[in-house]
Amino acid sequence: MSSDRRANLTILINGSPTSVSVAPDRTLLLLLREDLGLVGTKYGCGRGECGACTVHLDGKAVYSCLMLAAECNGRAVTTIESLGGLGEGGSTHPLLSAIVEEDALQCGYCTPGQAMSILALLEARPNPTDEEILETLEGNLCRCGAYPGLVRAARRAAMELRAGGAPAAAMPGPSRSKKG
Amino acid sequence: MPRVIRTKVEVEGCWSEKVVIVDGDDLRSWPAGSTSIVGAAVPRVDGADRAAGRATYTQDVQLSGMWHARVLRSPHAHARIRKINTRAALESPGVHGVLTHRNAPKIPWYLDSFLFDPHLRYAGEEVAAVLAESEAEAEAALRLIDVTYDVLPAVTDPEAALAKGAPKLRASGNLAGGASGCYARGSVEAGLDAADLRIESSFRTAGALHNALETHGSVARWDGDDLILWDSTQYIFGIRQGVAEKLGLALNRVRVLCPYMGGGFGAKNSVRKYMVIAALFARESGRPVRAVLDRVEENLSTGHRHETVTHVRLGVTKDGHLTALEAITSAGGGAHAGGMMPVGGPFRELYACPNVTTEERAAQVNLGPQAAFRAPGYVEGTFALESSIDIAARELKLDPLEFRRRNISRLDPAMKVPYTRSSLGKVLDAGATALARWPRLIRRAGDIARGRGLAAAIWGVGGGPPAQATVMMQADGTLTVLAGTQDLGTGTKTVLAQVAAEEFGIPLANVRVTLGDTGVTPHGPASWGSITVPSMAPAVRLAAADAREQVEALLQSTQTRPGRGSRKPARATRRHRITLAALADLRKTLGDFTIVGRGSRWPNPEGKRVVGFAAQWVEVAVDRVTGEIRVTRAISVHDCGRVLNDRLATSQVEGGFIQGLGFALMEGRRVDPITHRVLNPSLLDYKVPTIRDVPPIEVIFLNEPDAAANNTGAIGIGEPPVIPTAAAIGNAVADALDIRLTETPFTPRRVLDALAAARKEQS
Repeated sequence: MSSDRRANLTILINGSPTSVSVAPDRTLLLLLREDLGLVGTKYGCGRGECGACTVHLDGKAVYSCLMLAAECNGRAVTTIESLGGLGEGGSTHPLLSAIVEEDALQCGYCTPGQAMSILALLEARPNPTDEEILETLEGNLCRCGAYPGLVRAARRAAMELRAGGAPAAAMPGPSRSKKG
Repeated sequence: MPRVIRTKVEVEGCWSEKVVIVDGDDLRSWPAGSTSIVGAAVPRVDGADRAAGRATYTQDVQLSGMWHARVLRSPHAHARIRKINTRAALESPGVHGVLTHRNAPKIPWYLDSFLFDPHLRYAGEEVAAVLAESEAEAEAALRLIDVTYDVLPAVTDPEAALAKGAPKLRASGNLAGGASGCYARGSVEAGLDAADLRIESSFRTAGALHNALETHGSVARWDGDDLILWDSTQYIFGIRQGVAEKLGLALNRVRVLCPYMGGGFGAKNSVRKYMVIAALFARESGRPVRAVLDRVEENLSTGHRHETVTHVRLGVTKDGHLTALEAITSAGGGAHAGGMMPVGGPFRELYACPNVTTEERAAQVNLGPQAAFRAPGYVEGTFALESSIDIAARELKLDPLEFRRRNISRLDPAMKVPYTRSSLGKVLDAGATALARWPRLIRRAGDIARGRGLAAAIWGVGGGPPAQATVMMQADGTLTVLAGTQDLGTGTKTVLAQVAAEEFGIPLANVRVTLGDTGVTPHGPASWGSITVPSMAPAVRLAAADAREQVEALLQSTQTRPGRGSRKPARATRRHRITLAALADLRKTLGDFTIVGRGSRWPNPEGKRVVGFAAQWVEVAVDRVTGEIRVTRAISVHDCGRVLNDRLATSQVEGGFIQGLGFALMEGRRVDPITHRVLNPSLLDYKVPTIRDVPPIEVIFLNEPDAAANNTGAIGIGEPPVIPTAAAIGNAVADALDIRLTETPFTPRRVLDALAAARKEQS
């Protein structure tokens, strides 16, 4: 929707303070994907029904399609790109390794969202119960049915992260300025 | 020299004649246990890229200067456009074009329709399309298109559509194809007369929506006279062919790209209107154009598993031998159906029965066009057949496993030809062994009743030609496989890399597979019908062997150092002659170079049928108060020949079972009987399984190479796991509560109704 009133925001995206100017009804999902080119966060339904667009807002997993970009002003948004986007130097985040090792994906389209949900859980609960894993992932649909692998991957990632595989914390970087 | 061979190929229960070109000789299947990379459960080669969000799906393609197309869809199930005014939309900010039936090229579509057609036959059919600088501007402009419709009477129930006096979608009547599909062997009446027990029952299955997480969509860009089309598709070469035809382009002017694909399950097999809309707008505007469907459009217009009603008659002797099977099926094929899916297939093929009749008739109804959906027809038909078998076994007080064993056919009962091997008995035995390890069934605990059920399945999984592949060895000894296929998430890329690495004799890490690009690969088949591996992998193997033989010959002629290699390459030891050191020497001699190996899939064996048998056992816990069914454990046994990669094959089975569970327990498109509009075209209202619905699934493969099927010994596995699940669950509920569920989905309401009916019958 075009609008004369635009919101000027600064959002900490994957550790980088990012200034954007967006329409007031711009969702966080479209800000990330269309304005900032962070397409690792996927569109599945745009209405909070599938979980493919899950990102972290101040460390908590949220559906980015249900967040307005304007609500994120001054807050920290973390996307799947923080776990190993291009330019991370080739080392694989233990969670991504666990997902691959347990074959917790088929088409992979929902997987970045699944990964962000698991990561939020593991950051809050380093040693989660299976019930906590199910509770965390019940809002992330996988039509290929990779669910058994996802449970195994969450368990394995928890173990490996506890054993010292440090999560790749988002590194502060230069601020980016984009219009959206 | 290339040769031409005539052969027949089966895809999803339908046979067609093919003329194929092959060269040289085919290879024999690797002996069991002789491979090291093929058969290894390696992780998928592109798993990290997909998981990390680095893989570029069609939805993620963003091109400089790209504009967006959105589609206005009919709000009515049946209507004719009387007036359409697009002026306000065209004047809306950011808008650069509007297409309607008045200004769009009259491109034929479906049976008798056009890209834009004033006669609209379902709620969701394309009325107009808008091109704008942003998706939001296109969306806003859609609301400014002023359309006056003449609303026509509509019909959405398949049996109602075929009844006298039903509203007609076409003057020719609503029976798709103008006739039923009929099959008969022996005499069902005679078979019923000879039976000790006769069963009559009717089964209904709901329309099911694919709901791949990546919605349908295309991005089109013109490069001079060449169209480059990213499309989320299961069939890049089919899209190339179809789009070229619609736009009057030569095949070499259309390049279809689908490097990553976010699921399809059958809905992404064919040319769709949004592809051509994107291409037309892109040509007109000189801009790249993105046309991606939202979730609701996806569920209205891109296909579904058709709803079915099947009336079954079954006759059986008291010792459990089938004497008659009859299945009369009506299905709703959607607004543009030319036929239907083979619902009668399991009745014709699964068991030895001398007297079988099937009739399949699809109605054209005012709903979106149906599409193949993972084992189309067989999922619906197997629910009816395997539920009926269970009814018979229970009435005869025969063990359902033993009942099925007694009806195993040694020959394909419909085609009267042998299978490449008959494995239903082995599948049943393997499952029975696993079942024996389950703890004792506790039938009652409070309101919870438990039971176990079994169902079997058959599916033609042979694949076949045409499938071609190229394997290029680069100067540094690495391989590039060019395969005209696509990886829907099944792991195609990984297993093709394994096959090439195995045949060439180099580490897997030195192989890269390029697929999903018609611009650089030879022709490949659609990823449907569980055919990708058995069609494509043999071609890749032949291409790798061709490259290897050329390299061996080169090594032979360039190796000049004394003591290295013999003059006559012994065939048995040739593989050891390609070493990394030898390849490094070759590079010193030749500089940068490419060795190109070619492979073309040979025909399947004459006079034999390649099938995959499967059987599933489930345990259910049913709450007698709420009517809720939970599947608490499952076994899924499969014959897919050689397992190329157990890790990926297991995922296929788990995923198929989970989709079958969804089909059985929760999935059903609901249509309003008054307005004929779909009531649940969203993931909120159309329920698919979540992580909480999934029981432990024990996956068992016979893992015996089918050496007669093709040179890899592997046959398809994508679809069999979804086929028997609904019947197995229904049979388990019957075991738990002595009620028979005859309509999917098995909602709590239906369970409670069946319980109430059973109580009424008793009293």
